[in-house]
Amino acid sequence: MKVKTDREFLDRVQELSGQNLNECYQCGTCSAGCPFVEEMDILPDRLIRLVILGEKERVLGAKTPWICAACFTCTVRCPRGLDIAKIMEAIRQIKLRKRKEADETKIEKIEDIKHLPQAALVSNFRKQTG
Amino acid sequence: MNILYYPGCTLKTTATSLEESALKATQALGIELVELKDWYCCGAVFSLSSDDLMHQIAPIRTLINVQEEGGDRVVTICDMCYNTLKQANLLMKENPDKLKTINAFLDEQVDYKGKVRVYHLLELLKEFGFNEIKKKVKVKLNGLKVAPYYGCMLLRPREVALDDPENPGILEELMKSLGVEVVENPLKTECCGSYHTVNRKEIVEKKTKQIVSSARERGAEALVLSCPLCHFNLDTRQLEAGRLPIFYFTELMALAFGLEVDFSEHRVDPKHLLEEKGILKKIRVMR
Repeated sequence: MKVKTDREFLDRVQELSGQNLNECYQCGTCSAGCPFVEEMDILPDRLIRLVILGEKERVLGAKTPWICAACFTCTVRCPRGLDIAKIMEAIRQIKLRKRKEADETKIEKIEDIKHLPQAALVSNFRKQTG
Repeated sequence: MNILYYPGCTLKTTATSLEESALKATQALGIELVELKDWYCCGAVFSLSSDDLMHQIAPIRTLINVQEEGGDRVVTICDMCYNTLKQANLLMKENPDKLKTINAFLDEQVDYKGKVRVYHLLELLKEFGFNEIKKKVKVKLNGLKVAPYYGCMLLRPREVALDDPENPGILEELMKSLGVEVVENPLKTECCGSYHTVNRKEIVEKKTKQIVSSARERGAEALVLSCPLCHFNLDTRQLEAGRLPIFYFTELMALAFGLEVDFSEHRVDPKHLLEEKGILKKIRVMR
């Protein structure tokens, strides 16, 4: 079987994140400590592996980067010094910059959001736009 | 002592009690937080992609204002602002080329020289000295069992941490100086779900339940924190009965200094607990 790789996708993620993904030795510390791993469809360490393998469609179709709230727990703990929060951001950015629909921001009425803190609204919109 | 102060948007809108109690409590210590004459929204989250300089401009503009008002440092109270300003500042200090690009873009303003230091109020209090704070206490908060909660933005990433990212102790030290009985909570550095409170509030409800139950099981009667977004999440997204009040550290300081605190923005009203402990009565008697 011929393995199809998308080297360009890996390069783009590395460029936007400033991280060398091949440093990852798949120990799973990021996934073990992630506070939102239960909500994710693909574990963070597996997502990194999929990027290395060039599985662009699977990575860009994953829920995981949108569940990541950039709390930096994995970043602080990665024994290889990888900033995984930046890798997740790079994946979000690749999708956002193609003007693909990102997450489901559904705000119909101002009443639905006016009680929310500005820090929540601004950061949410920042993460949903390019 | 006077120090320039950056409030940010949330303290001026949905978390006014945080700003009010912080200003009162610091005044009682002889620290004057002087609000910047002009400041901008920091953007709430630090821009993480390597090629995105545009989103660094707002925090840098604010740092230019600090520099032009003659401050060598600026203090924040909001954890989101602290993190965003400090990370943007660090990026400029470590990347002269990026600083040059931003300065060239902002040609109507003076250049940012990269010299300002970004502080959180907790760091300023540590510098003031917890023993000195202890001397200012008029109403010891004895018998009040409180679990400190840090969340993310004071501690991570490591480069901007104001304490040990895995085992911080600054809030514990401050609480002890006020007479509070500190309850250890192993989830004190766990993310509350942050901005998911807008679109995916079920995630925040789940995290809130874990964090608050963990504190309650260890005997806590309340939690204490500093971030206005964590406050909103933990305070508003507690669903079950027997909810715990969520204090800002500045509110407990103000109470300990014998000052009145407005709890009207709190969803879980802390007044019942404070009456039960006789704290509000002591403050009334003093007045």
